[in-house]
Amino acid sequence: MHLPMLLRQAAATTVEPPSRRQFLKGAAGAGGALVLAAALPVPARAAEGAAARIMGPADPRPLAFVRIAPDNTVTVLVKHLDKGQGIMTGLTTIVAEELDADWGQMRGEFAPADSALYANHAFGIQGTGGSTAVTNSWDELRMAGAAARAMLVAAAAAQWGVPAAEITVAKGVVSHARSGKSAPFGALAEAASRQPVPAKVTLKDPATFTLIGNPSLHRLDHVSKTNGTAIFALDIRRPGQLTAVVARPPRFGGTVAGVDDKAARAVPGVVDILQIPTGVAVLARNSWAAMKGREALAVTWDESKAEKRGTEQMLADYRALARKPGAKAARKGDTAKAFAGVAKVLEAEYSFPFLAHAPMEPLNATVELTADGGAEFWAGSQFQGIEQPTVAAILGCKPEQVRINTVWAGGSFGRRATPTADYMAEAAHIAKAYAAKSGKAPIHVVWTREDDIKGGMYRPLFVHRFKAGLDKGGNLVAWEQTIVGQSFMAGTPFEAVMVKDGVDATAVEGASDMAYAVPNLAVDLHVVKSPVTTLWWRSVGHTHTAYAKEAFLDELAAAAGKDPVQFRLALLTGHPRLQGALRLAADKAGWDKPLPPGAKGETRARGVAVHESFGSFVAHVAEVTVRADGRIKVDRVVCAVDCGVAVNPDVIKAQIEGGTGWGIGHALRNAITLTDGLVDQANFDGYEPMRMSDMPAVEVHIVPSSERPTGVGEPGVPTAAPAVANAVLKATGKPLRDLPFSKAGIV
Amino acid sequence: MIRLTINGQEREVDVPADMPLLWVLRDELNLTGTKFGCGIAACGACTVHVDGVPTRSCQLPAEAAAGMHVTTIEGIQGKAAAAVQKAWQDLDVVQCGYCQSGQIMSAVALLTENQDPDDAAIEAAMDGNVCRCATYVRIKAAVKHAAKTMRA
Ligand code: FES
Ligand code: FES
Repeated sequence: MHLPMLLRQAAATTVEPPSRRQFLKGAAGAGGALVLAAALPVPARAAEGAAARIMGPADPRPLAFVRIAPDNTVTVLVKHLDKGQGIMTGLTTIVAEELDADWGQMRGEFAPADSALYANHAFGIQGTGGSTAVTNSWDELRMAGAAARAMLVAAAAAQWGVPAAEITVAKGVVSHARSGKSAPFGALAEAASRQPVPAKVTLKDPATFTLIGNPSLHRLDHVSKTNGTAIFALDIRRPGQLTAVVARPPRFGGTVAGVDDKAARAVPGVVDILQIPTGVAVLARNSWAAMKGREALAVTWDESKAEKRGTEQMLADYRALARKPGAKAARKGDTAKAFAGVAKVLEAEYSFPFLAHAPMEPLNATVELTADGGAEFWAGSQFQGIEQPTVAAILGCKPEQVRINTVWAGGSFGRRATPTADYMAEAAHIAKAYAAKSGKAPIHVVWTREDDIKGGMYRPLFVHRFKAGLDKGGNLVAWEQTIVGQSFMAGTPFEAVMVKDGVDATAVEGASDMAYAVPNLAVDLHVVKSPVTTLWWRSVGHTHTAYAKEAFLDELAAAAGKDPVQFRLALLTGHPRLQGALRLAADKAGWDKPLPPGAKGETRARGVAVHESFGSFVAHVAEVTVRADGRIKVDRVVCAVDCGVAVNPDVIKAQIEGGTGWGIGHALRNAITLTDGLVDQANFDGYEPMRMSDMPAVEVHIVPSSERPTGVGEPGVPTAAPAVANAVLKATGKPLRDLPFSKAGIV
Repeated sequence: MIRLTINGQEREVDVPADMPLLWVLRDELNLTGTKFGCGIAACGACTVHVDGVPTRSCQLPAEAAAGMHVTTIEGIQGKAAAAVQKAWQDLDVVQCGYCQSGQIMSAVALLTENQDPDDAAIEAAMDGNVCRCATYVRIKAAVKHAAKTMRA
């Protein structure tokens, strides 16, 4: 591949790199991500810049992707947020492979915010999401590593007066066998940085990879995150910083009507109280004082436009709507005609609650206004390309004057990336208001767990209504599905692209593009409005579409008297990778062998589910025990994943283990409910997270593949819960149609 | 002024008596390895050892910790601590890592008492520590791995 061409492609919105075309093709699969390029202006930039830059003391140019220091360390500038998914390790591996570095010399560092250099090619701006990080950096970082290697070789050739073609590189050492000369990268770094960036580089034959696909590489963060030294956003300490907490409206859509802050100001340590667009901010010398100050605030709220319904009412409204035709999301054949000739008709309604992301590290950001009228942030920043212009608009500066230092994030699951840059925008408002009144101070805005759980941006509430028909042979011939829920794209810059003819692609992904070969298909969507704020949540639309589809499919398999694996395989002709994942999971789980029986009074059963999301193919087989009292225990889960080339097999396994826990944990007992518009849950007591005793044994198998690598942060989620539900259906004969499972009294 | 012993050092802090130890550590002493996750003793992210006992520092008023020996992730030492940290690293347990200080503090306390815990004992000791990344499979394996190295 031609390097400058790649650079141009990476830079300009007018030229689409192949990877982006691929994303556009798989529109639904890429979730909310791919639209950004079209919806938002992307600063054009010169091709010069994104190349592999080898920084030695002689090179004053800005860094791009690789820095080799005289001390022999190689640092990869990672443009994506690592919120646990291991992308710091993944992207570093890609560079190290092409560079022929030694893994021990590799370091990772979060890149600065700069969409011109560090755009996600799936988005057109800098940001992390949609399980895109590895696939979108794959070409770019292989090129960067290969270019850096070529520059080291050129420097060595010049220094030693030998032909570059005779030079070899292995484990961070450049050698020339004939002359016996060799040098570590560090010794050549400075000279290499004066070499021109090569116009062409040769990429390795994947058969020769030693780091990519190596299961024994350790994560780069495995030490700093086990001794307390890893710095997360919440750990940022700037001299003189104030901690701010914000009193936000208890009902969605509420606004501040009046504030009595006398008692709050009297709390020792409270410095100031400021009204901002999202509520009332309490600024204090430390976190405890800020929280005590907020408790002492008396705020009255204007709730004239607020949501006052409870979730029971909302669900009833959704269920009524699900019986009416909606906007057309997919059409194939003629379902009305097909139903006239079927032997069996099944109808079912599935419902899914609001869910909070509740990342382990609550949302927070530190901001300092800078002398040039801009600002400097420290945050687990996930959407730099949105955050910069949003904050710039608040402060009246240029986006590039908003400097963002990205630091480790304690989870996100989608929450740290919002179309409104919500928590960073709020921090900017507080800093601005404080500066106008009292002068500049570093402000650390901290959300408590209560703020997080009650704060909205939930996975939307959804209802799916199904009607399907089987012919005499038990074949699936007609499928009607009506989906009802809010659109988190509505009202954002992405709406124009993501919502077409009343259909929000992120609400129907996984349903409208269902892989099962049903000759007659109709999928409808009703987008409903509510002041309750909603957002993408780990695996986006697939969180509900995969569950609904896979659980209902087992109801159909049961009605047809067919084995769930065989029923699926027959419907998946033409989808070899889905079939492959399904076969591997079934095989490794011993699907064809009987499950060892449980204790007296217990019933044990297996369930299966398979789904494609974000370009990866995943199947789960769950083994469940239903106890004598009807309560369930998920004993073991076997999972197969096809994500193309496995860059870091152990990280992939970890992500699928975690995704499995995420999927099952929420399905067991998590729901955000509202009563008269007030959120019923406040913290981890009411929104009880999955714990170790809930976690099944998890076994992950990776399908060997030479396809382009795809993501794994989200694809482990969609099939985990329906596999459990299908095991329960098998054991009890009862489908689990209303989530969470605790509603059915089985948890 | 409240006098505390943190990681073997005498410290004096000028804080309200009801300020939880968590915020004393994080905001006053800049020991940020101990994390805030819930503030209501429901997640274990803030776990420290108080006179050797794993304790949720978010629910322990500074005053109540006066005169006691507090150990944080930054100060853990000894056979169990070394074995646990090594096992966590060998098995690449961490994902986001935010819960892991607390997980490690609970695991070290468990293995100090019991060097051969079975699944039930591990779950009993670790169930108060939430991991939103659901690294539980590896946490459990790492506790067993550490126990084994300690017994060897
Ligand atoms: S912060 Fe103390 S238990 Fe959660
Ligand atoms: S590793 Fe992320 S919460 Fe445990």
